Amino acid sequence: MNIAFFKLALVVAGSLLTGATAMADALTGPVTQQALNVPAIIMFLIFVGITLYITWWASKKTRSASDYYAAGGNITGFQNGLAISGDFMSAASFLGISALVFTSGYDGLIYSMGFLVGWPMIMFLIAERLRNLGRYTFADVASFRLSKRPVRTLSAFGSLAVVALYLIAQMVGAGKLIQLLFGLNYHIAVVVVGALMVCYVLFGGMLATTWVQMIKAAILLFGASFMALMVLIHVDFSLEGLFNEAVAVHANGASIMSPGGLVKDPISAISLGLALMFGTAGLPHILMRFFTVGNAKEARKSVFVATGFIGYFYILTFIIGFGAIILVSTNPAFQDSTGAIIGGNNMVAVHLANAVGGSIFLGFISAVAFATILAVVAGLALAGASAISHDLYAGVLKKDNADEKKEVRISKISVLVLGVVAIVLGIAFETQNVAFMVGLAFSIAASCNFPVLLLSMYWRRLTTRGAVIGGGLGLVTAIALMILGPTIWVQVLGHATPIYPYDYPALFSMAVAFIGIWLFSVTDHSAAAKRERDLFDAQFVRSQTGIGASGSVAH
Amino acid sequence: MSRLTHNDTQWRDIQRNASFQELVQKRSRFAMTLSIIMLGLYMAFILLIAFAPGVLGTPLASGMTTTWGILIGLGLILVAIALTGLYVRRANGEFDRLNARVLEEIKR
Repeated sequence: MNIAFFKLALVVAGSLLTGATAMADALTGPVTQQALNVPAIIMFLIFVGITLYITWWASKKTRSASDYYAAGGNITGFQNGLAISGDFMSAASFLGISALVFTSGYDGLIYSMGFLVGWPMIMFLIAERLRNLGRYTFADVASFRLSKRPVRTLSAFGSLAVVALYLIAQMVGAGKLIQLLFGLNYHIAVVVVGALMVCYVLFGGMLATTWVQMIKAAILLFGASFMALMVLIHVDFSLEGLFNEAVAVHANGASIMSPGGLVKDPISAISLGLALMFGTAGLPHILMRFFTVGNAKEARKSVFVATGFIGYFYILTFIIGFGAIILVSTNPAFQDSTGAIIGGNNMVAVHLANAVGGSIFLGFISAVAFATILAVVAGLALAGASAISHDLYAGVLKKDNADEKKEVRISKISVLVLGVVAIVLGIAFETQNVAFMVGLAFSIAASCNFPVLLLSMYWRRLTTRGAVIGGGLGLVTAIALMILGPTIWVQVLGHATPIYPYDYPALFSMAVAFIGIWLFSVTDHSAAAKRERDLFDAQFVRSQTGIGASGSVAH
Repeated sequence: MSRLTHNDTQWRDIQRNASFQELVQKRSRFAMTLSIIMLGLYMAFILLIAFAPGVLGTPLASGMTTTWGILIGLGLILVAIALTGLYVRRANGEFDRLNARVLEEIKR
């Protein structure tokens, strides 16, 4: 395995599965700045132009807090589903998964599966109740019948931890990717991403953020479909033929058709599966999207549309990865003098674009990859700013009596601050290994946000004490086990053996959270706890029927 | 966000309403069944990878390159999409009609 393997930051998500060893080089390897890619830059500028126009249009429609946080509840189920799928179809999954399929074949499919199966669970357990109970953030739901201030504080910290980790990983990935694809300087790339992200959210709020995400999702789906189609034409639409050719030329031969070394032991496998499955249901920028639709019916539709597009996209990346094995790995034009893929294995999808569609299509795919990062960071920034303004400022500081205009202003200031922080951290972490960050973000989401959210909707006996202590324990356990595990303790801190032997904390940290919440709830005999339990029935009726739920706002 | 319903007693009427109880029972059972199917299939898949990866590496037929793993993997993706579709279909049809009936009965 050479150093170029996984040198892009984008594989952060890939780190979840590729295991710690492979990820050691993830972001430490040097990235060579490529020659200026003119068609890609032109197409990217067109994308930026269109999205800035949309932001200007959205800014005129964004007046109230509901407009700003939730696009007035006027997004349709289909649009929202497309936007949600856009949040998942990040540059990391497009380039990272196709690279994973390229290097290890079947393992890439296992990886994408974990991301997908979270969606049916969200549909069955969470979507409609979330929509019926909340307004702008998932903390609205978690704190519905509990004591607002402590629960909102915990939720806000859970959200901010997830957003910060995710954002740093994306910024570093963006910088490296743009250096490779566009031939732009790393610092310029990070500043451009940060500035555009702030622009979308600051002026256009959720409406602009959603449209940017939708447009990106549509062009990414188009580009990936075209590539997969060209690969299938090459093999006369025979999957068996595709696999045959791939096995014949791949260094690992037939072993690419079965599970490889991605998941080392059962505990890691289960832990990872849990983090991917339930972490999705605790990601603040995803949960926030459920409030952009008018009612539970549209919320359900959006999950179906999202699941369909995400599943379709993962099938495409699988075909693209195999296509790269037969069309890129065999073509000396895409290799350097040592036979390694130019720009590292994460570039195979980009090289494949060149192989099947020439330089114009290569430019198009490069521009799409850049657009993808922009759209994802914009959603993250909005979720982070909402946690600060809606949960911490309006909920905790002003006890839900904040002036709406002022709350939105606080949110916009937070976006600016987040933008600056993201740029600074993006530059500070340039040479650091941030590969573990997305994994940690999913683990925290699964161990803090998800248990509190789920039990607040399903378990009558949950009390504030249980939620705060249990959720807090889950958060701390996830972070502690991650630090003591192989990725950080051994690879980053340089100790000889990890104290916690597994790559992923979710199995244990989720158990700690659920047991903690249970224990500190059932032993809570305070008067407040009784009141909170009594409110369950009223909450239950609303969560089922939608009576009293915030609806769409007509303009 | 502290207002639970339009007024403080309405939810008690709804809770006692027969249509509401029917809705809750049907929907919860349906959601639970589908969740268990999805979770079970996925966990079975993960356990297969962890304990018996060879099974997934078996070719569909002798002489073929395509393995059971490919079929099962792609199948799981399609099952996930199909199950969500199934839920939406029933929830946006039957359950929403029941829900509308609950709201109608409460108004009277």
